Amino acid sequence: MRGFEYVRAGSVDDAVAAVSGDSAAAYLAGGTTQLDLILKDGIFAPQRLVDITRLPLRGITRDGDRLQVGAMATMEELAADPTVGERLPFVREALLAGASTQIRNMATIGGNLLQRTRCRYFRDPTVAACNKRTPGSGCAAVGGAARMHAILGASEHCIALHASDLCVALVALDAVVHIQGASGLRSVPLTEFYVPPDDRPDVETVLEHGELITGVEVPLLPMGARSGYLKVRDRVSYEFALTSAAAALVIDDGVISAARIGLGGVGTIPWRAREAEEILAGAPATLSTFNAAAEAAIRDPFTVPGTAFKVELAKRTIVRILQTVSEVQP
Amino acid sequence: MATTTPITIEQAIPLVLRVNGREYQLSLDSRVTLLDALRDHLGLVGTKKGCDQGACGACTVHVDGKRVLACLTLAAQCDGREVTTIEGLPADGELHPVQEAFMRHDAFQCGYCTPGQIMSAVALLTEGRAGSDEEIREFMSGNLCRCAAYPNIVAAIREVAGEEGASDARL
Repeated sequence: MRGFEYVRAGSVDDAVAAVSGDSAAAYLAGGTTQLDLILKDGIFAPQRLVDITRLPLRGITRDGDRLQVGAMATMEELAADPTVGERLPFVREALLAGASTQIRNMATIGGNLLQRTRCRYFRDPTVAACNKRTPGSGCAAVGGAARMHAILGASEHCIALHASDLCVALVALDAVVHIQGASGLRSVPLTEFYVPPDDRPDVETVLEHGELITGVEVPLLPMGARSGYLKVRDRVSYEFALTSAAAALVIDDGVISAARIGLGGVGTIPWRAREAEEILAGAPATLSTFNAAAEAAIRDPFTVPGTAFKVELAKRTIVRILQTVSEVQP
Repeated sequence: MATTTPITIEQAIPLVLRVNGREYQLSLDSRVTLLDALRDHLGLVGTKKGCDQGACGACTVHVDGKRVLACLTLAAQCDGREVTTIEGLPADGELHPVQEAFMRHDAFQCGYCTPGQIMSAVALLTEGRAGSDEEIREFMSGNLCRCAAYPNIVAAIREVAGEEGASDARL
């Protein structure tokens, strides 16, 4: 492990200037991903870490029918927010389904969006073949022990999973990411924030070096919407998802008038299941509708022997959460 | 690939750690974690190093009253923060009620995870998440016990939660 300089940013402007002007610098937020990769796995060696945890980016405020979440708010702080409990219950469920209380007290919302994959080959510096670490080197996971890997947005180049629970709900909600960079401010919808890997898995988001997430804007669910998050995993708590689904529905007289579906445990990026939403919208809230939506959501998966089981499991996860949210019995 | 505290100082950071009510002026390598600072530099070895990678919870301490993992926290990030470790729980020579309950319920076997379990349990009680066995299990899930003392850990926490409920006491 190489040494690094530790500096604490005094302001957002200072932080952005410090990292933008130094290609070997990186931000340090909660540290639950970053320090793991630097200190323990040793696959990332910045020469300077700019601590941004004390910047005034912690607030969570309601702004009409939207929630403005500071990037340095912790997962526990967001889960405890009363507006989240009332108007975004599936966001709260997704937050509390992730990690442990200790990690949720450290991990920030901005950091959650930028968490790195748990792919064991990516995290093992003795593995040479990893297109995400070394473009063009291949993918050890495709022919290896893949289980906690992606089947959507995946290819022979990379099957690394984006493991966030929170982002599954946020991507379904059309959350917007607020960004500050050396050349100014910009906002990017979360659905366009992640770059599908294709043949460049090392490029994960639209962020330029030095750009900082300052906040996430989350539209509240409409009054009367029902929502839920279902996470299927190998043990009942403190485990990453095999598959997960976030669903929000508005149902009038047994007919679905609006539907939002996000999927976890299956995508190389937090997955928005628009094909499923199109089938649900305007259709009766019945089991056959839910089955059709699940079929549409998991179309053309890329599987390896270790991940083939996820095709059926993901469909059943979608159907189950839709049944739970709509209270339609099988 | 777990690494230990650096043996040479490359980039020294001056910092003040407030641990269990005492103030320490330190100059540490920027890579030193809070866990290694506590154990190797302050001699507070009650906080345990299990996985050293954020998976087991053995290193759980409180920073500004919140339970966190000391292995994934840089000591430099805690400059000026209030840190509480297992050594800081007893007051006036008396063990903390959670420590007493762990002994009464035999809530450990080898004992290695116990300081982290107790620090987590004390926080869990203040968080108000000890309402049922199910809730305790869920919100203690970040603390692994490979001896599997889980039923007795849950019983110990339930007992303290019940006493608090009865007397309306607060930690």
